[in-house]
Amino acid sequence: MIPNVVPVTPELIAEHGLKPDEYQRILDLIGREPTLTELGIFSAMWNEHCSYKSSKKWLRTLPTTGPRVICGPGENAGVVDIGDGQAIIFKMESHNHPSYIEPHEGAATGVGGILRDVFTMGARPVAALNALRFGAPEHPRTRHIVSGVVAGIGGYGNSFGVPTIGGEVNFDPSYNGNCLVNAFAAGLADADKIFYSEAKGVGLPIVYLGSKTGRDGIHGATMASAEFGEGTEEKRPTVQIGDPFSEKLLLEACLELMASGAVIAIQDMGAAGLTCSAVEMGAKGNLGVELDLDKVPCREDGMSAYEMMLSESQERMLMVLDPAREKDAEAIFVKWGLDFAIIGKTTDDLRFRVRRHGDVMADLPIKELGDQAPEYDRPWIATAKPETLSPASAPAPSDVGEALARLIGLPDMCSRRWVWEQYDHLIQGNTAVGPGGDAAVIRVERQKKGLAFSLDVTPRYCAADPVEGGKQAVAECWRNLTAVGAEPLAITDNLNFGNPEKPEIMGQLVGCIQGIGEASRALDFPVVSGNVSLYNETNGKGILPTPTIGGVGLLPDVAQRATIPFKAEGEAIILVGETKGHLGQSIYLRDIAGKSDDKSAPPPVNLAVERRNGDFVRTEIRAGNLTAVHDLSDGGVFVALAEMAIASGIGARVKPETALPLHAWAFGEDQARYLVTMPEKDAESFMARAAQAGVPAARIGVTGGSELTLAGATPISLVELGVAHEGWLPAYMAEGAEL
Amino acid sequence: MKARIKVTLKNGVLDPQGKAIEGALGALGFSGIESVRQGKFIEVELAEKDRTKAAAAIDEMCRKLLANTVIENYAVELDEK
Amino acid sequence: MKSAVVVFPGSNRERDMLYALELITGVKPHAVWHTERDLPDVDLVVLPGGFSYGDYLRTGAIAARGNIMPAIAKAADRGVRILGVCNGFQILCEAGLLPGVLMRNAGLKFVCRHVKLQVVNAETDFTRKYERGQVWNCPVAHGDGNYFTDTDTLARLEGEGRVALRYAEGTNPNGSLNDIAGILNERGNVFGLMPHPENMIEPLNGATDGRALFESVLEAVA
Repeated sequence: MIPNVVPVTPELIAEHGLKPDEYQRILDLIGREPTLTELGIFSAMWNEHCSYKSSKKWLRTLPTTGPRVICGPGENAGVVDIGDGQAIIFKMESHNHPSYIEPHEGAATGVGGILRDVFTMGARPVAALNALRFGAPEHPRTRHIVSGVVAGIGGYGNSFGVPTIGGEVNFDPSYNGNCLVNAFAAGLADADKIFYSEAKGVGLPIVYLGSKTGRDGIHGATMASAEFGEGTEEKRPTVQIGDPFSEKLLLEACLELMASGAVIAIQDMGAAGLTCSAVEMGAKGNLGVELDLDKVPCREDGMSAYEMMLSESQERMLMVLDPAREKDAEAIFVKWGLDFAIIGKTTDDLRFRVRRHGDVMADLPIKELGDQAPEYDRPWIATAKPETLSPASAPAPSDVGEALARLIGLPDMCSRRWVWEQYDHLIQGNTAVGPGGDAAVIRVERQKKGLAFSLDVTPRYCAADPVEGGKQAVAECWRNLTAVGAEPLAITDNLNFGNPEKPEIMGQLVGCIQGIGEASRALDFPVVSGNVSLYNETNGKGILPTPTIGGVGLLPDVAQRATIPFKAEGEAIILVGETKGHLGQSIYLRDIAGKSDDKSAPPPVNLAVERRNGDFVRTEIRAGNLTAVHDLSDGGVFVALAEMAIASGIGARVKPETALPLHAWAFGEDQARYLVTMPEKDAESFMARAAQAGVPAARIGVTGGSELTLAGATPISLVELGVAHEGWLPAYMAEGAEL
Repeated sequence: MKARIKVTLKNGVLDPQGKAIEGALGALGFSGIESVRQGKFIEVELAEKDRTKAAAAIDEMCRKLLANTVIENYAVELDEK
Repeated sequence: MKSAVVVFPGSNRERDMLYALELITGVKPHAVWHTERDLPDVDLVVLPGGFSYGDYLRTGAIAARGNIMPAIAKAADRGVRILGVCNGFQILCEAGLLPGVLMRNAGLKFVCRHVKLQVVNAETDFTRKYERGQVWNCPVAHGDGNYFTDTDTLARLEGEGRVALRYAEGTNPNGSLNDIAGILNERGNVFGLMPHPENMIEPLNGATDGRALFESVLEAVA
């Protein structure tokens, strides 16, 4: 067994991810050298992952309240009122580093963790989504990581029984050595039956529930905040293994337990398991916590206090139970075959005391472990404002039609069917719009209303202009929810960045948070939960700044939803919003014109226009006036048209009235735009309503035929487009087939 | 007593995982592989000291649960600890 | 019609099934926990989809040896209709109530998509509300749906009209023998299928093609 009292050398401190001044802070706080267990506890509590020490200052600037917000950041997940006495509970969290080291288990445990965050608060998970970012397709590890991550997500969610209904998949060389796995989950609960982590009452039993503790992922949370370098791939043995079967039992047991009235406080054991969960429960409730580690159910022999306090074994919960209901609780644990044990109690002395074999291994002030965590105002340099590229100066393709056929089959643009067919997206029977739509939509069980979900960010925009990129991520999420007819309610953010100790990276983080804040204020779209993942770098080079936004929207009547496919021949196609042909940072410029070093500005986001256009489209959807709706994003109008056509098997004839170069009109990525269709006879009155609302709208064509025809470009058959769109991912994955 | 049980697919039953491993080994440049079949390995520790009784118990476990004899064969090795 | 849904640790489409049965039969079904040794007095017993015992060892293997299983076998002997969907089908095979076994999908991946099912036999208690030869839409969601059995059994199943449903139009998602999607026992009162008719019952699901399967049983027991 590891001894508890060891000489605290500078090397040992560094191995625990603590800086010399942070160690000094520990000495000042406790007035003596820490034991090894204490050092481990500090390293877990004070690392970036748990303490948000680099980002806290900026996160505070985000709007987190609103008329529907029941609980904002600080708990396991955010809680938002959806009427009828119900609430939606949701959060997104990264599992980037574990997924790079062991893609299958890393991604699986990421899903497991976020599901636990949601059901810990008393909600039954009803939707899972994930935003995945992989290295360049030609990088030797990419295929292996894609294959493992997708199988891991599917393997966990499918077995657990939550529909995985959407997300994002992108490729970029900046993720070559550091993939991103951002897992989102949402659950439903009664608004008056939400469970929190704050312990209440002195001398109450602290109960451990779930799988046994092993040596899995010891220092996983510390690893998650360490930069990747040569040799990191050796860390494999510490990766946690997910067990969705146990998690499903844990879900059912927890919900039953909560319904029984026995639960006073509950917290899941995520990163730095027992340490973070126990400290949080005590500190929030102004109570001390005493743990007797001899009582903890262990999977391995001879585990030390240090190992037990830092183990990240999965599928475990900590709760404070009402002693009067202990027998009922026990019956529920036994029914579900879960390990449980009373491992400690709450105290009134505000100490966090941990015993092993009768000896005190750690004795620390519980409030200070969290409150006194270092907080940095790291130096930052704002990213220089880029120049705007004029539409005329972007090179034209030889043929816009041929360019579309290439564009639609690119790694970042092609169909993700190969991915989502491995996810059970239909379980629970409430899926109204599954993967492949603007937003995913589910019906609220046994109700008329529906919920919409979307994950969005455009990292290349964020790299070029963090503030505009941050705004755009929120705006696009809001627009995607709007495009299905939902009222956007609130967001969760998952901020993935490089090393914050570098001022230019810190500048990206600051800029993106500023943009997110601006947009969420302007759109009344508060941030109710989130997660920050820093140090996403390989050998000193950062990833593209990737602040993923996960949004939730509400549909009063799920039957009144809009979808992407054209519905009939001969319908009017109308482009809503203003088209300026903005090609800077566009997919077209990067992948077709070959300007991968494009440094120009991303499309600007006008939040007032975004709101005005979106509110108009939503009103039209809810009035039942529109037959198909698609938001415009990567690839612009022409890609959106192609997607609507491919999804329906109905072509279109389009003739824009524009002074712009055709490729700028077709592929420009101007914001706040939608494509909508309606019967021809309704088009005139729609245009009148748009004009009245001050919303730019243009009739650009008619649905019909088996080709996509753009005046001035070669017509392309839907069959050809479909093959190009569906072909790339399966072919890429088949090339290096593996288990 | 420790029992080591190998559960393998019967000859003639398609083994897609085995085929995939075969393909992957070929892709890694291993040549001369004629076929790959995969299966399961299960270890059971028994309190029983009597070899005959232990063998009978394990055989029953295999037939009743550990192998599906529609598609799988099993082989047992017994070791005194 | 009175029905019961048997719940095992790791079952996860039991709620979908309970909802579908209530919606279609108008009577709230019983949920029966796997440790029970008796079944309530019902006309239909359903083993729902999921990953009972995490699919560990083999799909359905551990659940098939559960406490409740002898009661299900006895009910089958009495002629009570037994329906196994997805993991329920795997359990019925492992329990010997249906012949054969569901192996890993030929593509080695979990598959969730809509397939076409062709009604091969429309004279069974589970398919009588369909037309013979009718092709309908239904989702599948499984990693182990590749039906396999020996040649003699297969010949018997085919010869006796016990292959009630087949994947049609090249939509076999798992490589099953003869495109088998669902089979009956000899007596015709035990039916197992991989697809999920319980997720195809309302306009929200895109179509209501799965309803007729439940309505068939409803008519059969009336």
